[in-house]
Amino acid sequence: MPDVQSMVLEFVNKLRKRKIEGSQATARCTVELLRSVISHHRVPHANQASALIDAVKAVGAQLVAANPVELAVGNVVRRVLHIIREEDLSLATAAVAGFDLLDASDDDEDVNGKGIGYPGMSAAVVAAAARSTLRPPSLQTLLEGTPESATVPYTSSSGADSESKTADKSSVTRKLKHDVIEGVNQLIHEIAGCHEQIAEQAIEHIHQNEVILTLGSSRTVLEFLCAAKEKKRSFRVFVAEGAPRYQGHLLAKELVARGLQTTVITDSAVFAMISRVNMVIIGAHAVMANGGVIGPVGVNMAALAAKKHAVPFVVLAGSHKLCPLYPHNPEVLLNELRSPSELLDFGEFSDCLDFGSGSGSPLVQVVNPTFDYVPPSLVSLFITDTGGHNPSYMYRLIADYYSADDLVM
Amino acid sequence: MDPRRGPLAVPKVRRVDAAAGPLAVPKVRRVGFFTSIEPSPETPRPNRSLSGPAEAITSSSPLSDSPSGQFISPVQIPPSRHHSDNLASRAAPVPVPGPSAFRRQLANDRTLHVGSYNPVDSLLGTSPPSSNGEVSEDSGSLFGFQRSDSAKLSASFPNGGFDMTVAVRAPGESEAKVATASTSDGRKKNVEASGESESVATKPRKEKETKSLKEKTSKAERRAIQEAQRAAKGEGSKRAGESSRPKPSKPAKQPPPKKEAPQVTSSVSEKRAVSVEKERRMDVPQTQMQYDDKSRVDKAKRRSVVEQTESKNKVELFLHLPQYERGNQLPNLSSNIFTLDTIHHAVYKVGLQHLAGDIAGDNARCIAMLHAFQEAINDYTTPPMKDLTMDLTAKINGYVSFLIECRPLSMSMGNAIRFLKNQIRKLPVDLSEPEAKASLCSEIGRFIDEKILLADKVIVQHAVTKIRDGEVLLTYGFSCVVEMILLYAHEIGRKFRVVIVDSRPNLEGQKLLRRLVTRGLDCTYTHINAVSYIMGEVTRVFLGASSIFSNGTLYSKVGTACVAMVANAFSVPVIVCCEAYKFHERVLLDSICSNELGDPDAIANVPLRNNKKHSKTMDNNKNLQFLNLMYDSTPAEYISMIVTDYGMIPPTSIPVIVREYRREDLLL
Repeated sequence: MPDVQSMVLEFVNKLRKRKIEGSQATARCTVELLRSVISHHRVPHANQASALIDAVKAVGAQLVAANPVELAVGNVVRRVLHIIREEDLSLATAAVAGFDLLDASDDDEDVNGKGIGYPGMSAAVVAAAARSTLRPPSLQTLLEGTPESATVPYTSSSGADSESKTADKSSVTRKLKHDVIEGVNQLIHEIAGCHEQIAEQAIEHIHQNEVILTLGSSRTVLEFLCAAKEKKRSFRVFVAEGAPRYQGHLLAKELVARGLQTTVITDSAVFAMISRVNMVIIGAHAVMANGGVIGPVGVNMAALAAKKHAVPFVVLAGSHKLCPLYPHNPEVLLNELRSPSELLDFGEFSDCLDFGSGSGSPLVQVVNPTFDYVPPSLVSLFITDTGGHNPSYMYRLIADYYSADDLVM
Repeated sequence: MDPRRGPLAVPKVRRVDAAAGPLAVPKVRRVGFFTSIEPSPETPRPNRSLSGPAEAITSSSPLSDSPSGQFISPVQIPPSRHHSDNLASRAAPVPVPGPSAFRRQLANDRTLHVGSYNPVDSLLGTSPPSSNGEVSEDSGSLFGFQRSDSAKLSASFPNGGFDMTVAVRAPGESEAKVATASTSDGRKKNVEASGESESVATKPRKEKETKSLKEKTSKAERRAIQEAQRAAKGEGSKRAGESSRPKPSKPAKQPPPKKEAPQVTSSVSEKRAVSVEKERRMDVPQTQMQYDDKSRVDKAKRRSVVEQTESKNKVELFLHLPQYERGNQLPNLSSNIFTLDTIHHAVYKVGLQHLAGDIAGDNARCIAMLHAFQEAINDYTTPPMKDLTMDLTAKINGYVSFLIECRPLSMSMGNAIRFLKNQIRKLPVDLSEPEAKASLCSEIGRFIDEKILLADKVIVQHAVTKIRDGEVLLTYGFSCVVEMILLYAHEIGRKFRVVIVDSRPNLEGQKLLRRLVTRGLDCTYTHINAVSYIMGEVTRVFLGASSIFSNGTLYSKVGTACVAMVANAFSVPVIVCCEAYKFHERVLLDSICSNELGDPDAIANVPLRNNKKHSKTMDNNKNLQFLNLMYDSTPAEYISMIVTDYGMIPPTSIPVIVREYRREDLLL
């Protein structure tokens, strides 16, 4: 599969050169790449789930290494891994259920219900399947836990179905791959549609004559505000310009084009204006498991000011931005320094910036970070495509999307 | 003799001093904590995890680690010697112009109130009689929370009290000058002051060098000085009693002083009561011109020289501020500089410079304005049949309103103008015109030298004690005082790193960066959004100020509040450097009510790579506005310390300074 390999390399290059801007675009590209990786991967007959997982992990590691700061890549890779595991499990539980119900000849399970042995399944996986969340934990399953797990060795070690195994091998292989790709497609759909999902909730949060401050340029925020506008709410938006990249100007342009009353302010005026602002709405770059937010540079300042004036600080984040990692020193470790030329004119200051100016080290250092970290204590609310959440709830939400085995890739 | 002294209270010492002329370097008194310039043996770096303000003031002070000797109660009762001094000082007359002067001044005031200049120029009376006691109690409770530092406290506290008495007593600065002897060196004065105070408090001292210095100013000397002051004052008060019309005496509010002339006291205090009442009425700060008040704006427009076109796309929140198009009227105005007769050309030039933004920085603007006034006064001739005082005040008012049209005045300029008007008002009637003009010019020169240039030097001396080796100092934008501090600290060999935070649209930080780098300082440059990224490595924040209001609010270039807030969040001490003449008795809570709007186009034009044109096409869209705020206000809670020419004080002491010193400055 040379074509897949070249696709991966191309994408890695793009990530490295920071050609793809924005976590949503990155997430979509990543998931599409992974889909083709999965579809082109020739699965072995035995142990195909782990083979798929290994393949995705290998690609994922390359992608993450290409741009470790873009957490959306890692998130999406983990999501895909999670999908593979889930599908694997659901097949396994289906198989387990099939054996369980063999004698009772109960037909309420799905198509592959009866008599299909599951190839290459380890005892552990099946045991996990028995405990799986796929079956809602009820008091009955808890009580019947022991007999169920007792059946596991029987199924896996049983040679009774070995003849049917070979017969159904190809269909099972296709089944898993098919299911996984189905799941990945769903994920793509989810990532593409997260704006609408989030924007739908706008009407619940924005009232008439509100003054909203936003910062940086986020498509989610744009859609969110426009959704409220479409519902005939009239409100005013302050946009901090977001030096040195001036993303705020782009956002303001879009907002004005859609008929919103927009005022562009300098970043330094954020504190001055915050006392007249009813709500701060920002789009996140990534949301960490502790509820902290990585956003465009300057966000922490706005969050502190909002806290000081008791203004709600609302973060909009699609589910692909939820990162299952707990940050350590994220201001530095999950940040990226951009070119000093955005701040200082090289022509004017080249003499001070130059390393070779005799003294050995340059007199001037220019710090131009891309991101800012907002601790969870400053965030009032997260609005994701599944609804609004507290920062303290994030870890639980994240547990729904990722499996614990994939946290370290 | 010095012509600017009125027939009213003129202490003799003051005259002698004034006669020494502009060559004598004026003294600046301090209150609160001020450090001796030699730092004590290395103090340990303050623990950053401690809370900001207290730490910045106490533990960062070089003296703070001297072992605490005695327990100081939060409310201090000044030693009795000072107390008697205080009583005597209350009897001291404060020059109060007669009712006619008031009337005249009222008339003047009525002539013009335009724009942000706040013409409360009638701080004539003095504080209520009890002010002295109040103040010393104030300062006691201010510093009461630092009980452990008793050695330093005890040194600084009675000193502060002593200074207060001087402040209240002194119509001029003469006594202070005598009291602190005639050294111009800040170091000597400093030590001397502390020596004096320590002798009062009879505290054990720790350092040898101060001990030796103490011996230099012996008790006898000090006593002699005080006697001299007393004598001078007594003379002055007598003269005041003679010159002022005697009134039916009421019982004085304060117990009569032990010494001299009870009848003088009573008449003075009764006069004072009247003047205080009057002053209270006028002390309510005049509201600034509100630009959403149509009738007043129209009235102002009719008089205006600069024809401003209102900008089309106003920001609704700021309708009360002038929002004009920029830059289009400049060529017009500069062409008729020679044809204009109502505005003096020097003032005109300064106005245009303000309009074009050629002069930036509060001090520079203020000095430029005062120099222009000097020139204008020099060229001034009183028209026949007119009074110099009235006519000149009217002239100045005209100039001021012109300057306001060019650019709203800063608070410090308002203070300077108030000072000038007071000088004009207090001109003795019998002075000839050339004499009066010379007197005014020299007063203006003295104001510039003393209140701005010398104050900066004193601030540098103070602030540099807060810079230690290995520190990382952050500063925002461009403040000339901060620049002087950094350069001086570098000169005396401190090793430190500077972080310069800058913001659009002015990018003044680049100017500072350039200046520091050429002097060989190690600099890091960043923009304001990254301030929370960089703040982790910063150990101190130095900020400049445009003004500080009496509720402790710092009014400064926009973004200062952000920097102070982030510093506060990171527990980094914030040190504000501000000359005392910029203090203002107004109060301010937010940045909306009082502000200045800059050119919105400066924001609209961004160096975007791909779409340069968008601002042009969007200009006409009424939904899009660009807001270019010039100032913001930083709440006092973010400020650890204010370094001023009177010493290093917490923001809570601003009203005390304003009340005790401003008054006297305006009256001298």
